[in-house]
Amino acid sequence: MTQVKQDTPLVIAGREYTSRLLVGSGKYKDNEETRLATEASGAEIVTVAIRRSNIGQNPDEPNLLDAIPPEKYTILPNTAGCYTAKDAVRTCKLARELLDGHDLVKLEVLGDEKTLFPDVIQTLKAAEELVKDGFKVMVYTSDDLLIAKELEDIGCVAVMPLAAPIGSGLGIRNPYNIRFIVEELKVPVLVDAGVGTASDAAVAMELGCDGVLMNTAIAAAQNPVLMASAMKKAIEAGREAYLAGRMPRKRYANASSPLDGTFF
Amino acid sequence: MEISVNGENKQVPDGYTAAQLVDAMGLTGGRIAMEVNLEIVPRSTYDSYTFNAGDKIEIVHAVGGG
Repeated sequence: MTQVKQDTPLVIAGREYTSRLLVGSGKYKDNEETRLATEASGAEIVTVAIRRSNIGQNPDEPNLLDAIPPEKYTILPNTAGCYTAKDAVRTCKLARELLDGHDLVKLEVLGDEKTLFPDVIQTLKAAEELVKDGFKVMVYTSDDLLIAKELEDIGCVAVMPLAAPIGSGLGIRNPYNIRFIVEELKVPVLVDAGVGTASDAAVAMELGCDGVLMNTAIAAAQNPVLMASAMKKAIEAGREAYLAGRMPRKRYANASSPLDGTFF
Repeated sequence: MEISVNGENKQVPDGYTAAQLVDAMGLTGGRIAMEVNLEIVPRSTYDSYTFNAGDKIEIVHAVGGG
């Protein structure tokens, strides 16, 4: 009997993770929905954004980190909304202070409001500065192989190309580019942004990605908690299919039942 | 003296500390981070950290994001 191929854990910055699904915490109805969806996703790494604490804010307002406690999840602060390397670096430093020295960050420097495509020039600049300062940088980038390699060379601990624009749900628009990056890089490659439904997540994993980071696909589903559960299964199914190795594609049919022994 | 807190100007007495500001905002003990004139102020130093006139202070916390 063929042995079931044992998967190895996902290792990011020296830490092992069982789940290959990373989730965002944005766009949920309330903290309770965030908590339930995150739990259903099985994710161990959860992204958060860093924003001003407003003057006069209700002090009794529930804190997001009570719904996704740092004792239970690896909190991954992002630099969402930053359009310059300078603001991204500032945000990471504030996040490190906020999380008691925790130095794993998701770097994203945006370049265009309509597409939210990354500004790779500012991204490279920020990555360099952050790595020098001791941060473990997981970096959101375009699906450009050369930029991805450059980010790996700088010392980023994971490279996360987009599959489609953030929040678009368009799925894996260029599987060949994602595949190039997966083949060429040694650090984990995760699809970040663009997944719309479970099959998209499975496709990303079948391409050999080490994981997928998503937010809107779960939070904007009609039933986010159920979609989180679907995504968990899709990631596992896609990963197993990748490890199993798919059959070659053929243009013509190949009967599954034997041709010998027919009696007609 | 006048300081700027999250983009809003605020009148405070001389010698006003980071701990006093955090308390006034109802954020004592919360998971927050503070930056003054682009430099991080560690939470452990809030009691002894005094502001100067014109300081630009940012106080942040974690919110939902992807």
